[in-house]
Amino acid sequence: MAMEVTQVLLNAQSIDGAVRKNAEDSLKQFQEQNLPVFLVSLSGELANEEKPVETRKLAGLVLKNALDAKEQHRKFELVQRWLSLDGNAKSQIKACLLTTLTSPVSDARSTASQVIAKVAGIELPHKQWPELIGSLLSNVHQLPAQAKQATLETLGYLCEEVSPDVIDQDQVNKILTAVVQGMSSSEGNTDVRLAATRALYNALGFAQANFSNDMERDYIMRVVCEATLSPEVRIRQAAFECLVSISSTYYEKLAPYIQDIFNITAKAVREDEEPVALQAIEFWSSICDEEIDILEEYGGDFTGDSDIPCFYFIKQALPALVPMLLETLLKQEEDQDQDEGAWNIAMAGGTCLGLVARTVGDDIVPLVVPFIEENISKPDWRQREAATYAFGSILEGPSPEKLIPLVNVALTFMLSALTKDPNSHVKDTTAWTLGRIFEFLHGSVVDSPIISQANCQQIITVLLQSMKDTPNVAEKACGALYFLAQGYEEMGPSSPLTPFFQEIVQSLLTVTHREDAGESRLRTAAYETLNEVVRCSTDETAPLVLQLVPVIMMELHNTLEGQKLSSDEREKQSELQGLLCGCLQVIIQKLGASEPTKYVFMQYADQIMGLFLRVFACRSATVHEEAMLAIGALAYATGADFAKYMPEFYRYLEMGLQNFEEYQVCAVTVGVVGDISRALEEKIVPYCDGIMTQLLKNLSSNQLHRSVKPPIFSCFGDIALAVGEYFEKYLMWAMSALQSAAELSTHIAGDDELVEYTNSLRNGILEAYSGIFQGFKNSPKTQLLIPYAPHILQFLDGIYMEKDMDDVVMKTAIGVLGDLADTLGSHAGSMIQQSVSSKDFLNECLSSEDLMIKESAEWAKLAISRAISV
Amino acid sequence: MAPHDIRRPFKRAAISDQQKRRELSLLRQAQNRRDAQQQARCLASSILSLQSAAPESQPEQSDTEIETVPESEQESEAFSKDLDVRQASKLRGPEVRKWFARQLMLPEWMIDVPDRLAQDWYVFARPAGKRCFVVSSNGTTVSRQRNGSILHHFPSALPAGAKIRGGSGSAQSYCILDCIFHELDQTYYVIDMVCWNGYSLYDCTAEFRFYWLNSELEESGACNAPSHYHKFRFSAVPVYNCDSSGLYSAYTGVVPYAKDGLLFYNKHALYQTGNTPLALVWKDENCSQYVIDTDGKGEIPSQQQVVLELQDDRKLVTSDDPPVLFGCLDGDIIEKSGLHTGNLLRFAIGDGGLSFADGKLEKADLIYLGKSNRARAFADSYSKVLFQFMVRHSPLKIDDLLASINSANDQEKTPSDIEMVG
Repeated sequence: MAMEVTQVLLNAQSIDGAVRKNAEDSLKQFQEQNLPVFLVSLSGELANEEKPVETRKLAGLVLKNALDAKEQHRKFELVQRWLSLDGNAKSQIKACLLTTLTSPVSDARSTASQVIAKVAGIELPHKQWPELIGSLLSNVHQLPAQAKQATLETLGYLCEEVSPDVIDQDQVNKILTAVVQGMSSSEGNTDVRLAATRALYNALGFAQANFSNDMERDYIMRVVCEATLSPEVRIRQAAFECLVSISSTYYEKLAPYIQDIFNITAKAVREDEEPVALQAIEFWSSICDEEIDILEEYGGDFTGDSDIPCFYFIKQALPALVPMLLETLLKQEEDQDQDEGAWNIAMAGGTCLGLVARTVGDDIVPLVVPFIEENISKPDWRQREAATYAFGSILEGPSPEKLIPLVNVALTFMLSALTKDPNSHVKDTTAWTLGRIFEFLHGSVVDSPIISQANCQQIITVLLQSMKDTPNVAEKACGALYFLAQGYEEMGPSSPLTPFFQEIVQSLLTVTHREDAGESRLRTAAYETLNEVVRCSTDETAPLVLQLVPVIMMELHNTLEGQKLSSDEREKQSELQGLLCGCLQVIIQKLGASEPTKYVFMQYADQIMGLFLRVFACRSATVHEEAMLAIGALAYATGADFAKYMPEFYRYLEMGLQNFEEYQVCAVTVGVVGDISRALEEKIVPYCDGIMTQLLKNLSSNQLHRSVKPPIFSCFGDIALAVGEYFEKYLMWAMSALQSAAELSTHIAGDDELVEYTNSLRNGILEAYSGIFQGFKNSPKTQLLIPYAPHILQFLDGIYMEKDMDDVVMKTAIGVLGDLADTLGSHAGSMIQQSVSSKDFLNECLSSEDLMIKESAEWAKLAISRAISV
Repeated sequence: MAPHDIRRPFKRAAISDQQKRRELSLLRQAQNRRDAQQQARCLASSILSLQSAAPESQPEQSDTEIETVPESEQESEAFSKDLDVRQASKLRGPEVRKWFARQLMLPEWMIDVPDRLAQDWYVFARPAGKRCFVVSSNGTTVSRQRNGSILHHFPSALPAGAKIRGGSGSAQSYCILDCIFHELDQTYYVIDMVCWNGYSLYDCTAEFRFYWLNSELEESGACNAPSHYHKFRFSAVPVYNCDSSGLYSAYTGVVPYAKDGLLFYNKHALYQTGNTPLALVWKDENCSQYVIDTDGKGEIPSQQQVVLELQDDRKLVTSDDPPVLFGCLDGDIIEKSGLHTGNLLRFAIGDGGLSFADGKLEKADLIYLGKSNRARAFADSYSKVLFQFMVRHSPLKIDDLLASINSANDQEKTPSDIEMVG
């Protein structure tokens, strides 16, 4: 029997905090005392036409939250809880939900739609509630418009919630029929048509078979195209969303419709309201995405590696498409550059133009150049900005041969515009365009340099000047400097930036101190550019980089002074500390890479480490990712001396390893454990118990993001290599974790992403084996490893047979075969000779084109021949 | 169901600097991990078990550098076994010289023509110059002559050969090349590759080592003209299969260096330190300026001179392992000259010459001249004495080599008894 929850739900929305708290506690209590009754009560509340709309909505919401959660493990728990719920209660709840779909109250219907989809998301994969789709569809034609709209909306949510493979084609057909009929122009009710159009967006993923059927596809496409002409703007927008989705899901089916779609989109871009026009442009951006991917897979030659052929829609549409996009560039909004969230037709058009340039390359240049020439010097800022933006947009894609003559002419003009143009928007785009020029056409990739000794000085002077401009312009100038420095990275011992190094660094530091550096992410841009300037510096400027160390240290020290910060201030402090730790990390990595600079740098090591520890201490529960990254670099530079920091640092290391929420932090910390292992070698032993325990815990947790697990395995290898036979203590646990992961990772069935993940997992496992075997080598305890050898060889056989490993795995795997032979000697010899595929695997690697694989294989061959000959 | 957000990044780099920092960190860590593993793997293998057969006296006259005599054979043997090359490169002073002196593979002199020359051997023209070990490691390159003394200390394009950002090879990486430094064009001619990029080739066949040498050396940029970070040019030498055309090419072919004889390498032989019959040297007047031994003044003595080691039972032996007995020294001389066991003594070969029975030395007409130069480390090898003897009496001619190759085509020869490893 149901409980009376109305009053409690009303109280739960009270403005009186105490009342609200009380109500929330009661709800919690109900739920814990008798879950089935609680849920039935909620569904009854939602279905009851006599109840106030607020409590009906809230009842639905609480019900929905009892079925789904964001965190994976919580979600899993809720699903299990629902599945094991009393069948009677479930039937009652479902009946209430379906009844609510016919309610005259729109909020109640809409809430019920969402809850039904959640229940379906749980039950359909378990072959439960088989009658749901039938009962939704059975009376869709006889229903009043409101109920029809709710039914279609439910179908839409349902398609979003469940995966296509749990619904029979027969039911898919029925869903699509109902949805497409609801969309067609004969449907008189706007709400029904809108709900149907939005439902189709979600149902498209189910329509694979229907899109392969010419007649059905023609029908769907006709209805979608007609809907783009609806008098209701929301329907037009939703219909274009469908087109965008179709462009990526069914690219290869589009040829017969592309001309019509072009006409429709062109009209929408030119005449329709902005939300619709934006979707119309997005259609072409999405086609570009598809063709760029396909052409990339072609890899320049037509071996037809891609499953999907390129239809060259963009190339064919080019003469009409480019003018259409150029027109949009003139529709800028005032001050759009100061608004972080802005997204308008000019921005979308320019973005699409950039994608078109990447898709077609040289062909776009003659279509855009006249527009640039005509507008670049016009008195109206919109025209100057549009011309500049067009130029900047096409710099990626066409060949340097085609672009460099243009750039050589434009460069002086741009530099002058950046200082003299009266309009900030024009300056912003000009600085951005300069950045694009340096990004794509400057550096060792280009044969004829666009920057000479003569104009280098001018470029730097202008950029440094612009760094004093408004924050958005200054930020773009920093970006341009970033790419200017990057282009000189491979210049050898002497960089053209050397004479300006001091001035550049000083200007960037000045920018970071601007009062308004918080706007337009200017401060971040300045530090990022400083980082790049340091990364690309040469031996000549090493003394200047060294001078930067105490400067940045002082900045970091200053962030530690503030007391009693508000949460807003605390966030800002943390962000600034991140930038400074990032900068120190780059400097440490740079100076640590060569002996003389490392030697001088080490005088600061104690102080820097002290600062990092204080940064950690600023927070109570989490560690600072950037500080952790920087410590990894410091450990590498310091080597065995890092041991002196361990007593104080260890607790933060542990805290980082425990941070499942921010899994990036956890991953970075795992990497740092590797750095420390290599730096400390056997001196890491006192900390190994804690570290290994935590790592093993992490592996067995289903709360930790899976991407952290492969690096944890690699980290086992790092530790084993560092501590040698001392690893015996953890051997059994580590091997058992490795073994079960190895079994999981042998067979993969899934998409590219899963294959990629599995390969990274295999690589981690193999690196662990390598480290363990090499670590135990020449110790009296090598025989401890013998029992594990058969399984490892079986694992190698397994991944060899699967034929889907990538080059990295291949290289690591063949190395493991060598390590096994090297460490176990004659014990391994016969096992390897008996293994199914070791010989084929080795031969395949020996004849590999990849030098790293070959090198590993040669080594393995040596080790094996020694093991066999003993 | 709300409309879907289609905003794309605007005027932004596709990747944030923080992401870049993370990725660079990961790259560095992966590189460090590879280095650590590579190091572990190399420590393992052959470098540790360096063979320490006693090297012989210098096989060529152009190399007149002072040699350091190891204090005792046993000591230095134990010593070299416990070291690997990178540790050795950290040694200082006399220790390092002792160590390096033992690391080169020393060819015997060709006193008869090996079987299956055409099938199992390579031949190449040996550059005239200083034989040395070139070691690149930790961003610097050092060349050491046979006696361990440093010839040059310089940056090179070899992996780990210079302190240069983005240079190939990492801190833990290193190379060891067997070279001859040719003064005239200031070039290191690489005649063998012992370690490459931290990767030991000691246990690889000559066939593989030469293949690796040819593919890797060029790629490393070490063959490029000298520059700031690459002080000396390196060059491979043309190596031929020792069939008649290969032998002829090596003998007569034009090379950019002055020739000093021909070197023959057995294709299946591993890099073995010290004397080995699987590498042979041969010369005549056409391919070497230094066929007949000169004395300390650079003149050819009228009688052949040899250096032999005095053993405790007055026996005079060569540096071979096992030593070859050349005769016994008169007790009077020992007493009169205050000679001790282990002394290296110089003799002339008198008119009685050397006589053989069953292919073995039976008797040698030795005339005592005195103690050898203090700088000498080792006695002469048997093959050297014999080759010099033959040069003066009945030299092995290029025609003999060619004839042997041609006749071998018809004959069934016994197969080489080398154990195949490659």
